[in-house]
Amino acid sequence: MISRDAREHERWRARLRRVGALVRKESRQMIRDPSSIAIGVVMPVLLILLFGYGLSLDVTQVPVAVVLEDPSPEATELAAGFQLSRYFDAVMLTSMARAEQLMLARKLDGIVRIPADFARNVALGAAEVQVLVHGIDANHARIVQNYAQGAVGQWTARRAAQGMEVIAGPVVAQNRMWFNEANESRYFLVPGLIVLIMTLIGALLTALVMAREWERGTLEALFVTPVRTDEILLGKTIPYFILGMIGLALCLVAAKLLFHVPFRGSITVLAGASMLYLLVALSIGLLISSAVKNQFVASQIVLLVSFLPAVMLSGFLFDLRSMPDAVRMMTYVLPARYYVALLQTIFLAGDIWAVILPNAAVLAGMAAALVILTRRVTQKRLA
Amino acid sequence: MIVVDNTNVLIARDLRKTFRRDSGEIVHALNGVSIDAAQGMLTALVGPDGAGKTTLIRLAAGLMLPDDGALKILNIDVAAEPQRVQDRIGYMPQKFGLYEDLSVQENLDLYADLHGVGTDERRARYPRLMEMTALGPFTERLAGKLSGGMKQKLGLACTLVRAPELLLLDEPTVGVDPLSRRELWDIILQLVNDQGLTVLLSTSYLDEAERCGHVVVMHEGNVLAQGHPGEISELAAGHVFLAEPPPGLKAREFQARLSDKPEVLDAVPDGGRVRLVVKDRHGDRETGKQGDLDNLDIVATSAQPRFEDGFMILLRTDTEIRRHGDKDAELGGASSPGLPISLSPSLPVSPSPSLQVSSSPNLSLSPSSGLPVVQVHDLIRRFGNFVAVDHVSFEVQRGEIFGLLGPNGAGKTTTFRMLCGLLPASGGTLRVAGADLRRARASARQRVGYVAQKFSLYGQLSVMENLEFFASAYNLRGAQKRRRIDGALRQFDLTPLAGLPSGNLPGGFKQRLAMAAALLHEPETLFLDEPTSGADPLARREFWRRITSLSERGVTVVITTHFMEEAEYCDRIAIMDAGRILAQGTPAAIRSQAAVKAGKEPTMEDAFIVIVEDARASATQRRTVARGVA
Repeated sequence: MISRDAREHERWRARLRRVGALVRKESRQMIRDPSSIAIGVVMPVLLILLFGYGLSLDVTQVPVAVVLEDPSPEATELAAGFQLSRYFDAVMLTSMARAEQLMLARKLDGIVRIPADFARNVALGAAEVQVLVHGIDANHARIVQNYAQGAVGQWTARRAAQGMEVIAGPVVAQNRMWFNEANESRYFLVPGLIVLIMTLIGALLTALVMAREWERGTLEALFVTPVRTDEILLGKTIPYFILGMIGLALCLVAAKLLFHVPFRGSITVLAGASMLYLLVALSIGLLISSAVKNQFVASQIVLLVSFLPAVMLSGFLFDLRSMPDAVRMMTYVLPARYYVALLQTIFLAGDIWAVILPNAAVLAGMAAALVILTRRVTQKRLA
Repeated sequence: MIVVDNTNVLIARDLRKTFRRDSGEIVHALNGVSIDAAQGMLTALVGPDGAGKTTLIRLAAGLMLPDDGALKILNIDVAAEPQRVQDRIGYMPQKFGLYEDLSVQENLDLYADLHGVGTDERRARYPRLMEMTALGPFTERLAGKLSGGMKQKLGLACTLVRAPELLLLDEPTVGVDPLSRRELWDIILQLVNDQGLTVLLSTSYLDEAERCGHVVVMHEGNVLAQGHPGEISELAAGHVFLAEPPPGLKAREFQARLSDKPEVLDAVPDGGRVRLVVKDRHGDRETGKQGDLDNLDIVATSAQPRFEDGFMILLRTDTEIRRHGDKDAELGGASSPGLPISLSPSLPVSPSPSLQVSSSPNLSLSPSSGLPVVQVHDLIRRFGNFVAVDHVSFEVQRGEIFGLLGPNGAGKTTTFRMLCGLLPASGGTLRVAGADLRRARASARQRVGYVAQKFSLYGQLSVMENLEFFASAYNLRGAQKRRRIDGALRQFDLTPLAGLPSGNLPGGFKQRLAMAAALLHEPETLFLDEPTSGADPLARREFWRRITSLSERGVTVVITTHFMEEAEYCDRIAIMDAGRILAQGTPAAIRSQAAVKAGKEPTMEDAFIVIVEDARASATQRRTVARGVA
């Protein structure tokens, strides 16, 4: 007679062996399937390069015209400030009418007019410079306006340093950026990328591979074996969890080496937060595929409920506080929102526990709820 | 230990299961089914599509719950404890879930791990499985790269990594060529006879049912009969005859006319004659009523009943009882529900008037006119180094039915695609309806209709919309278009279904619609690629009835099929393997090739297997000799 303990032990060994077999099978399929490689490796690399180099929210080389109506040395010096700046691509004109023509043709995004009485007014202490900005793209216009003020401000500061009079003309705003001192959008885009990649690997890839098993009837054969439902789910989760962590590592290396994004928090906290989010994404993928059992529909639903919100509503591209209240309320149910907050904090500000703990707690709660729900919905049954 | 009564591994009592279709229609998949499967016995569920075979097997596998009734397997209630049953049985679903991107060995290992088969046990079992399935040389090959028959064998091997106490096989041989089918059956029979395995399988091949120990005949969710196959065959004793066609009539034309008679339950062409099953053989002398055979007024000799004959009697009778049952219900149930064997009062005395060609063939399409419709000479098609079609030559005369038979991968579909101008040939000549397909593809296409192996119509469009689309694609307009579409709907009995989305049609109707679409432009030649694959015996008979009447109207038909007995409907057949034509001629001539070798009266399937195996053996020999010389 075998003891109870020994039997229990034997049962666990059998379970472990089955999970092991499923993980091996899944990993082999993952490596051999071009679409898994495409989503798991090629897509992250493409996204990193695309977002890192192509999509930058920074504005540089803005085409402007400097209309120099006053040939005085003061005016020329101010104009040179625009010409030398890397933010502007400035042309020198003497006629305002010509500049207006170019602006209408959208050849210019702005006009800086230095009026004929500039030097005289500088001497009087109340000089003015007119800045006209093309206002079609409001955001862009605001940035150009700020740059122009900055350029004028610099000139003023230089003169002040030389002990000369300061113009009181346009108000020079004293901008100061915190955390993103260089005002580089890459600094917050790269952490955001990690969210996208984890969402893709976690939700899209698992939804596809699980729905594929339903479609091809492989699950039907698998069901009529000693394998348990939770073992099937574990067998799916583990390989993609590992793939997700590889994606994370890839992003971290890229962030550090290619884009020199500062990393102020600790790797452990980052890994912990990522694991929580990955668990949430994996559960969403498994849940959707169990419910629809069709690759095409599953991928559409995943894109709609997890990927697109992760791009648009997570605070990765667009500031949450500037959204309308109704939309902002919606973002509270999105797991990506909490992960973005965690990542941006860990990367740019450090281990700020007051931010990390509440966000991580929400993610942990979501993960637990989704895992339980997935377990309930996935049944060894057809139809 | 007390030995419980374990003679019945599976006991089902009054099982009921209904489904709701997308259209809202309720389908009674199982309508109070009670069966037993005895230990060590091969039990077969036999019936046409929609009989409830798959549902019953899925209930047994614990994959579905019955609405009502009891199902015990190994004395365990499956509905209550599915996992305990699943731990002990083996199951192979219809489209077996092999992982196509895993190798043969990896698939086997996966199932061995899941079933907890230890290393020592594997060492003992794998060689035996490999020997049985002949998969030994392919262990490293990906499952997706195996042929259809090999996939099925691997699927079977996966369920046998450990000895299951009950093996459930859902249509294990569907879509598998005759050679592989025979091999699979050898494996199954060996398992049952030598190792005492209990097997429950479903099939729509009636010759397979004949080899089982116990058969359950199912139809529309009901069990019509169960017992030893011999008992089912015996139902037809005295009802089966072989009739010689009158001069000038082909066997299939004679068969088509006979099968339209109300007295005839079943008629199939069989070796140049027609095998028919009549309702009532003996006349009633007292009332002066004549027997069915006398009424038909044909020359026939009585024949030994087969399983198929008994099966058809059960099915036809059941269908008629139901039809009349419905009618009775409409009439208030007044008339008696007896078996309706009413004879037409004005039966012809001589066979000639009733056996005349009833349709009026288009004169311009008369069979005797001129050149062959399809001329294929030295046709070659290469895919890289692989020669899919290797110097194939044949001709098809106008109005002929020409059959292309061969195992999976023989090159049948490739030949077909070239014939329809879908694939350019690598070499040789190819003329269809006088047009050279290598030059004037478009004009040749106007004269051919093609029905692909897979359903290739738009599932979301209705029957009517599909036909309208195809009519427009063939440049039909206005009144002519209307007339053709109406004609097609009537000819294929699709009128009541015209508004339904074609994706929701039952299998047989989809195929009818595909044929209707392919015939809209009234082509002279129709190409059909495995039209009856996966179809049940009833649907296949109906299909051939239509083909026969098309050919009588002068349409030339070229067809591929897996079902060897269907070769009997063809005027001439060609047997293909590995891209080459091995034999060509009338069905009788082909069959006689095997007669010399096999010794006894061979079936078409015997002939096919002898021819293909001989060719393969000599090919191997040639290779060995060539290697020896080198």
